[in-house]
Amino acid sequence: MRDLITVVGLNHKTAPVEVREKLSFQETQLADSLRLLKRLDGVKESAILSTCNRVEVYSVFKSETSNTENILQFLSEFHQVPLETFRHCVYALSDAHAIRHIFRVASSLDSMVVGEPQILGQFKDAYGLATRNKATGLILNRLFHKAFSVAKRVRTETRIANSAVSISFAAVELAKKIFDDLSACRVLLIGAGEMCELAAKHFINAGIYEIYITNRTFNRAIALAEDFGGQAVPFTDYAALFEKVDIILTSTGATEPIVTADTVAVAMKRRKNRPMFFIDIAVPRDVEQKVNDLSNVYLYDIDDLKEVVTANQQEREKEARKAEKIIEEEVAQFLHWMDNLEVVPTIRLLRERADAIRKAELKKTLGKLKNLSEKDQQAIDRLTQSIVNKLLHGPSVMLKQTEQNGAGGAVVETIRKMFKLGTEAKEQDPPPRT
Amino acid sequence: MYLTLTLIALVSYAVGMTLSFVYVAAPKPSHLKWIGKILLAGFTFHTLTFLLRAYQAGHFPITNLHESLSFFAWGFVLFLLILHFRYKGISVLFSFATPIAVLFLLLSLSVTTELFPLAPILRSIWLPIHVILAFLGDAIFALTFCLSVMYLIQEHRIKTKKLGKMTRLLPSLTLLDQLNYRLLTIGFPLLTLGIITGSIWAEYAWGSYWSWDPKETWSLITWLVYAALLHQRLTVGWRGRKAAWLAIIGFILVLFTFLGVNLLLSGLHSYGRWS
Repeated sequence: MRDLITVVGLNHKTAPVEVREKLSFQETQLADSLRLLKRLDGVKESAILSTCNRVEVYSVFKSETSNTENILQFLSEFHQVPLETFRHCVYALSDAHAIRHIFRVASSLDSMVVGEPQILGQFKDAYGLATRNKATGLILNRLFHKAFSVAKRVRTETRIANSAVSISFAAVELAKKIFDDLSACRVLLIGAGEMCELAAKHFINAGIYEIYITNRTFNRAIALAEDFGGQAVPFTDYAALFEKVDIILTSTGATEPIVTADTVAVAMKRRKNRPMFFIDIAVPRDVEQKVNDLSNVYLYDIDDLKEVVTANQQEREKEARKAEKIIEEEVAQFLHWMDNLEVVPTIRLLRERADAIRKAELKKTLGKLKNLSEKDQQAIDRLTQSIVNKLLHGPSVMLKQTEQNGAGGAVVETIRKMFKLGTEAKEQDPPPRT
Repeated sequence: MYLTLTLIALVSYAVGMTLSFVYVAAPKPSHLKWIGKILLAGFTFHTLTFLLRAYQAGHFPITNLHESLSFFAWGFVLFLLILHFRYKGISVLFSFATPIAVLFLLLSLSVTTELFPLAPILRSIWLPIHVILAFLGDAIFALTFCLSVMYLIQEHRIKTKKLGKMTRLLPSLTLLDQLNYRLLTIGFPLLTLGIITGSIWAEYAWGSYWSWDPKETWSLITWLVYAALLHQRLTVGWRGRKAAWLAIIGFILVLFTFLGVNLLLSGLHSYGRWS
């Protein structure tokens, strides 16, 4: 029987943060926890992923002894949290479901922000820590490496991580398509408001050169400037900055446009037509619509950005379906590999391979020795049979023994590699799944 | 042998072109690596054709229309590969540029590929210098043409707020504009030197620096357009769409000077007759 991969865990979808924080592991606790996990009945390998959005325990159980309840007990005891308080938040998956889940987590399909790249790094760290503590073995090693390559496939073959699905992010992406390198760009923030500040933060994260903040209430501008590490500018003076700044975020409460096409046209001459990007988040709008008609000036208002985001969301859903398909493929492949670790089909394959070689060689030889009697031929046939049997006796016995003491996988893999059994098994003889 | 090598180059460019279209339809990074490799292979064979030709002819091998079309395509692929290996994120340029390489190499095969003995009047050290400078300049301008078309598409999409897959594939406006400017600062000196060396050679061959032969006249017009573009960029900060349009007009003039003049007008640059 094949070993069983299981996942026990909870994430941002199933558990509130109060529960997640109680069950999350400090980095310093992980070595001990892995050691404790290994002592659980039937657990052969294990690894723990603990991030702010999820806590997951990956384990490989000896077949038939799989008992995810043990892992729940362990979580409860280790963190000293009664099991009843979190049992309803937990998912326990095994076999194909577990493999699929692990691939989805690594590929960031299960993340709060689908496609965000950090999870793969955290996933790699979790694996690194588990291997350093010798908690993983043949199966988890292979599973994690496979998960890394699945994540890479998803990233390169789909555009899941490419599309901006928030307004602020869409604005930053758009700015990159205008200016290329944001680290040379100066940003001006006119007015305040939650959305505007959020957008400003996104631009700062994207590594802009400098940010100026202006507000009718100058104190507010100063406060924001401190928050953002920028410069406050009096509201009466901001138009003079147009010569210098490349990206302008506006969201004032003004009822009439405060930035006119004429002002911008004058500024454009002074800045030698270097492009300008206006992001007008205010309703009613702060920037005259005509500004967009000027050469090298681009104006997006809130509705324009919303449209970009909607288009991106649709695309992302399409890409997510593509990603799920990739994952299904890889899960099937992995299960196939695990099936191949089984002992009995390996022995059968080994014998078949040996017999095929024996028969082919026998035929060649008998073809050359034409003057042998029937009896002689039978004797040679028996001779080859007994050579093959004697040679294969050792490996067969060893395989059977290792199956009994549970270390079959590694030996099976070695033997399959030595005799090149796996490759042909795929084409000729997909072993039945159990 | 010569034709075989040229055909191998042509097929490589065509395969690269096809793959670059596949890349636009379903982008995968591995496509780009392959396009780069395939073009490089084609380029190597293309280079061999000139070496072989020089060996067979016993003189500088770019003297007739077939050879100059082929050399133009060669220079174009050379600069395309340089851009590809030097700049990140402009890979979609392949889809715009490879058709030009394929087209010119095809054109070069549509005229006679025979070797003719070189007229004594054309035997001069100034021949290779003039020809190489002029055609490399033209090749650069062909690239600025591609980049300008890309710029105009991208600009139109951002301006009209119709973003989509193409916006994501195309590089940023600033990068396209800067590249265009950089290439102009290389192409323009090449063109200028090409014209100067040409007139020095004309003095040796025909005894006059400038004789208002149609090719000379039209290259002067082309030169003036690029000079104007460079001037406007440097002084009043022309950029973006205007600069892109002028670069496109410039390249149309290059094409006319290169091919149109030979087709429609007659003059001293007799190498380029269609036959």
